[in-house]
Amino acid sequence: MTSSTVSGATAKSRSRRSRVLGRLVFLSPGLTYLIILMLIPLALVISYAFFRRGRFGGVIYELTGENFTRLLDPIYLDVVLDSLKLATAATVIALLVGYPTAYVIAQLPAKWKTVALVAIVLPFWTNFLVRIYAWIVLLSGPGLVNTALGKLGLGPFEFLYNQGTIVTGLIYSYLPLMVLPLYAAIEKLDPQLREASANLGARPARTFASVTLPLTLPGVVTGCMFVFVPSFGNFVIPELLGGGRSIMVGNLIRDQFLKARDWPFGSALTLALLAVLIVLLLLQAWSSRRA
Amino acid sequence: MRRPRLLYVPFWVTYIFLYAPIVVLVVMSFNAGKSPYTFEGLSLKWYGKLAGNETVREGLVNTLIVAAGSTALATVLGTLLAVGLARHTRSRLLDGLGVLPAVLPDLVLAIGLLVLYAMIKMTLGLHSVLLAHTVFGMAFVTAVVRTRLTHADTSLEEASRDLGATPLTTFVRVTLPQLMPGIAAGALLAFTLSIDEFVIAFFTAAPTTPTLPIVIYSMVRFGVTPEINALATLLLAVSFTVVIVAQRMTRLTESLS
Repeated sequence: MTSSTVSGATAKSRSRRSRVLGRLVFLSPGLTYLIILMLIPLALVISYAFFRRGRFGGVIYELTGENFTRLLDPIYLDVVLDSLKLATAATVIALLVGYPTAYVIAQLPAKWKTVALVAIVLPFWTNFLVRIYAWIVLLSGPGLVNTALGKLGLGPFEFLYNQGTIVTGLIYSYLPLMVLPLYAAIEKLDPQLREASANLGARPARTFASVTLPLTLPGVVTGCMFVFVPSFGNFVIPELLGGGRSIMVGNLIRDQFLKARDWPFGSALTLALLAVLIVLLLLQAWSSRRA
Repeated sequence: MRRPRLLYVPFWVTYIFLYAPIVVLVVMSFNAGKSPYTFEGLSLKWYGKLAGNETVREGLVNTLIVAAGSTALATVLGTLLAVGLARHTRSRLLDGLGVLPAVLPDLVLAIGLLVLYAMIKMTLGLHSVLLAHTVFGMAFVTAVVRTRLTHADTSLEEASRDLGATPLTTFVRVTLPQLMPGIAAGALLAFTLSIDEFVIAFFTAAPTTPTLPIVIYSMVRFGVTPEINALATLLLAVSFTVVIVAQRMTRLTESLS
C-alpha cells in the first residue's frame, strides 16, 4: 500500500513536470517571437502617438495630445473620411457582384464547382502589384480600352487617376475574399428551407429576403470585413491608380513615416486606422454570435 | 431547383473582370513592338531583355533568400506553437495571439517593425525583411497545422503518453508524422506569401537590398514598359503552377489519409 502511494505521487509529479516541459518546449519559442516582433512593435507605435516629434525627425519622450488634435484638422479628417468612403464603395460593389456569383457557384455540379472556385482564387495568388499593373495597361491614355473605343469613334478618355479607378483596383484585388466566405455560407444552407418557403407560396424574391439572406448573413459580414479591412489601409492602389496624391489613410501614414519623418503623428494616424478596424471586428463578432 | 437566369450575368461578369486584365498582360508580353499598348506581332524579345536585367535578377535572388529563410523559421516556430496551443494550454487569449499577425493590417505591422528596428538601431537588410516575414508566415503555419490538430485523432497520442513517453517523444514519433501534410501546406503558404509580400518589405528592406515586389513597384511607378509584361507573365505562370500543383497535392494526401 505504501509503495503504491509513493509511485502514485512520483507519477503525479512526473506528469506535472512533463506538462511544464511541454509548455516550455512548444509554446515559448513561438510566443517569444510574437512578443518581440509583433506585440512590442505594436506597443511602440501606440505609445509614440502620445509623444512629441523631434525637430529633425525622431521622437522626444514628452507626453502630449497634440497628435490627436491634429487628426481633427479638416485636411486629415477628410482623408480618413475619403478612405472610409472608397473602402465602403469597394465593399458594397464587391458584395453586389460577389453574392450572385457565389450563389451560382454553390448550385453548380460538383465537378464544375471546384473549377469555378479555383478560378476565383487563382488571380489572388498572383503578385498584387502585377494585378494592379494590368489595370494600368488596360486603362491608361493610349491603352487598350481607349484604342477599342477610338475605333468606335469615341474618346480618348482619361480612365486612370480618379477615385473610380481606385475603387476598381480595390474590388479587383479583394473580390475573391468576398466570394469565398459567401460561397461557404450559401453552400451550407439546407435547400429544403428554400423549397419549403416556395411551397408555402413565397416568390423567389421573398424567399431570398426572408430565408436565404438572413441565414447567410454571417458569410456576408465576413466577406465585407475581408474586403474592407485591406482596402481601408491600402496605399499602393491609390498611389498607382490614383495618381500619387495622398488620398487614403495608408498614403498619409506612409508619408509620415518615410517622407515627413513625423513618427508620432504617423502613429496617431495608425491608431485611428486600428480604432476603425477594431470597431468593425467587434461588430462582426457581435453579428456572428447573434446568427 | 430552379436557377434564375439573371444570376448568370454577375457570375460571368466576375470571371471576365478577373481574367481580362491578365489575358491582356500575357498577350502584350509577346508583343514585337515597343509600345506596351498596341500589338504589332509576336516576339520573345522582352523576355530576352528581362533575362539581361540585373536589378530584376538581384531582386529575385533577394526574394528567394528571404522566402526560404522565413519559411524555414516560420514552419518550425508555427508547428511547435500549433501543437502547444492545441495540446498544452486552453488559453483563448494565446490562441488569438497566434492568429493576430494574419489579421493585423500589413501596414500596421510594417511600421511597427520599422519603429522597433530603429529603436534597437538594427541596420536594415535582408535579415530585417526575413525576421518580419516570419511573423505572418508563422501565423499561417500555426493556423493550418492547428486546424489539422483539432480534427486529428488523439487516441494515438494518449496511448503513447500512457506507455510512458515524454511529450517530446510523443511529438516526434506520433504527432509529427500525422501532421506532415498540414505542415507542408502551411510551409507552401508561407513561402508563396513571402514571395509576393510588398508592404512589409517596403518598410523593412534597405534600399540596397530590394526584393522583387519592390523592384516591380519602382518599375511600375517609373512607367509602363513591355519588359514588365514579360516579368508579370512569368510570375503568373509560376504562381498558377504552384497553386494547381498544391491543389492536386492536397487532394492526393486527403485521398490517402
